[in-house]
Amino acid sequence: MSARVDVPRDLRIRSRWGPHVTTLRYLALFALVCLFLIPVYVLVVTALKDPSQVSPRQMWQLPDALSLDTFRTVWPKLETGFRNSLVMAVPASIISSVLGAANGFVLSKWRFPGADIVFPLILFGMFIPYQSILIPLRQVLSDAGLTNLTGLALVHIIYGLPITTLIFRSYFASISDELIDASQVDGAGMLRTFAYVAVPIALPAFAVSIIWQFTQAWNDFLFGIVVVTRATHWPVTVALNNTAGSQVVPYHEAMAAAALASIPTLLVYILMGRFFMRGLMAGALKG
Amino acid sequence: MEPVGIRLQGVTKRFKGHVLAVDNVNLEIEPGEFMVLVGPSGCGKSTLLRVIAGLEEVSGGRVYLGDEDVTTKLPQHRDVAMVFQSYALYPRMSVRRNMGFGLRMRRTEKTERDRRVDEVAHILGLERLLDRRPGALSGGQRQRVAMGRAIVREPKVFLLDEPLSNLDAKLRVTMRAQLSLLHQRLGITTVYVTHDQVEAMTLGQRVAVLRDGVLQQVDTPTNLFRHPVNLFVAAFIGSPSMNFVQGRVANGSVNFADVTIPLPAGSALAGSDRQVVVGIRPTGFTTATGDGMPTMKAVPDVVEDLGDERYIHFDVDAPRVDTEATRAAVDAKSAEDILLLPEDRARFTVRLPVDTPVTAGQPVTLAVSPERLHFFDPESGATL
Repeated sequence: MSARVDVPRDLRIRSRWGPHVTTLRYLALFALVCLFLIPVYVLVVTALKDPSQVSPRQMWQLPDALSLDTFRTVWPKLETGFRNSLVMAVPASIISSVLGAANGFVLSKWRFPGADIVFPLILFGMFIPYQSILIPLRQVLSDAGLTNLTGLALVHIIYGLPITTLIFRSYFASISDELIDASQVDGAGMLRTFAYVAVPIALPAFAVSIIWQFTQAWNDFLFGIVVVTRATHWPVTVALNNTAGSQVVPYHEAMAAAALASIPTLLVYILMGRFFMRGLMAGALKG
Repeated sequence: MEPVGIRLQGVTKRFKGHVLAVDNVNLEIEPGEFMVLVGPSGCGKSTLLRVIAGLEEVSGGRVYLGDEDVTTKLPQHRDVAMVFQSYALYPRMSVRRNMGFGLRMRRTEKTERDRRVDEVAHILGLERLLDRRPGALSGGQRQRVAMGRAIVREPKVFLLDEPLSNLDAKLRVTMRAQLSLLHQRLGITTVYVTHDQVEAMTLGQRVAVLRDGVLQQVDTPTNLFRHPVNLFVAAFIGSPSMNFVQGRVANGSVNFADVTIPLPAGSALAGSDRQVVVGIRPTGFTTATGDGMPTMKAVPDVVEDLGDERYIHFDVDAPRVDTEATRAAVDAKSAEDILLLPEDRARFTVRLPVDTPVTAGQPVTLAVSPERLHFFDPESGATL
């Protein structure tokens, strides 16, 4: 493996324009960051304003005084939906990741006859537009009495499988077969090889998969409104939609609600991002 | 535990796309024996090892461990331990858990497991490393952990797949000696795969030479060296390789270039008149002393001093032997014998004592012992 060598600064090969190029590059990047952050700026600034100061004309202005009042008024409207979404999205993302891990493991490391046909079939699920299955889906779920959060979680688990399977299959494909062979020779069958050897090294894939699945399930609106009948079971996205009101648009409330609703996905990203780190395979194979 | 033997009966392995990796191999490995499978890359030696482990299904033939037919048994039920080329340590487990994994999978009690891991760690000098993860170990340490993981299990059979190939040259020599000691101490039947014929010769009680999935010869290192059954084995075994030259047998002597050497007494070739391939080991020459031994003249163009011995290289005025067999054998040993010379002339390497006065460009007379000559059929490559 390549060891990193620390070369003293004055020994590096440099271009004459090197420092300027770097400065320019960072300036350009900073400009782009600002551009992309404009909506976030408006969202945060508006949410923090006093209701009297909120109007499209003053959209760009900073608040005269910081006020959390809007958050306070909006929270009761969101609370149930927020809790519903948590109860639905957390298990949905975990279960669909675990199932995806199992699929990926079997498809890349414990091959069975026909694996090359099964995998594309699973992937195919990714390309089916939601809208095209909406009506039969709803029909099946109401026949099964699942027009509630459980049903919604189930939909997200199943709709997540193609992508989680793809994530884990690619990840396991990059892992040496000898590790799996070693586990077999050591006496582990398929399940124990999966549980003891494959899952522990797949944490980075779990991070990717859970972040992706959680974001999908949390941000989904379409399934939420179609699958779930009772208002008490609506996920946060539906609740968020309802804060927008019918005649007057209370911008500040909509913005505050949107800000609140986006916190969990951010948190998941920040927490799971730690597992993106490389080096989980360190030392498994030669040197 | 009594060591068990391994018996391969007509083992054939055909991969998808009809690549014949192992072709009808019959091999009997004695209980407690150290058997080395050797051959150039792609000769099927690793596949054969994986067949014994159960990691590859056979396309034909049977595999026996002791008296038990394990042909259709899963690897986890075969009670064999394997050391992989990449070591394949479990990266998220400590050294202790790596070594104890096999026992854990076989539901050995934790106290017993720890006792055995400690014992083996002591043998291999791994006591201080037990709580580390493989990532925090050096290459040599990882190699020992991989060995330890196999030993702890006290398996029926040890399978090693080029376990030393990722170590640097010095460490490899040390570990080679360690492996020999370990085998003497444990007495477990061991099958060792390598492409390195030096490793094969030094470690194996017997060595099986494979080429293109076909077993060429199974014998002790000495016999392989002295009595190769064909051109391939002769060219593959020994470093530097055997020298080959096209020659002709007639009237009880063999003739190549301007050299005539009488056939050794009782040679099967006496009385025949035919084209042959003559093979002479680099060690088959001495500097002529005039005691009646047949001689040949040589003008070395390269002299290599290795401290206590000296290699000279020279052209021989006779056609080079270039058959598939010699090429296959040479390819295997890196590019040791890259030919930067006239295509049509044979080239010899000769080992001489370091005090022999030779310089590049100066003619020297070499004596050849007729007993050290090997003869092969130019067509089939078989030893005559």
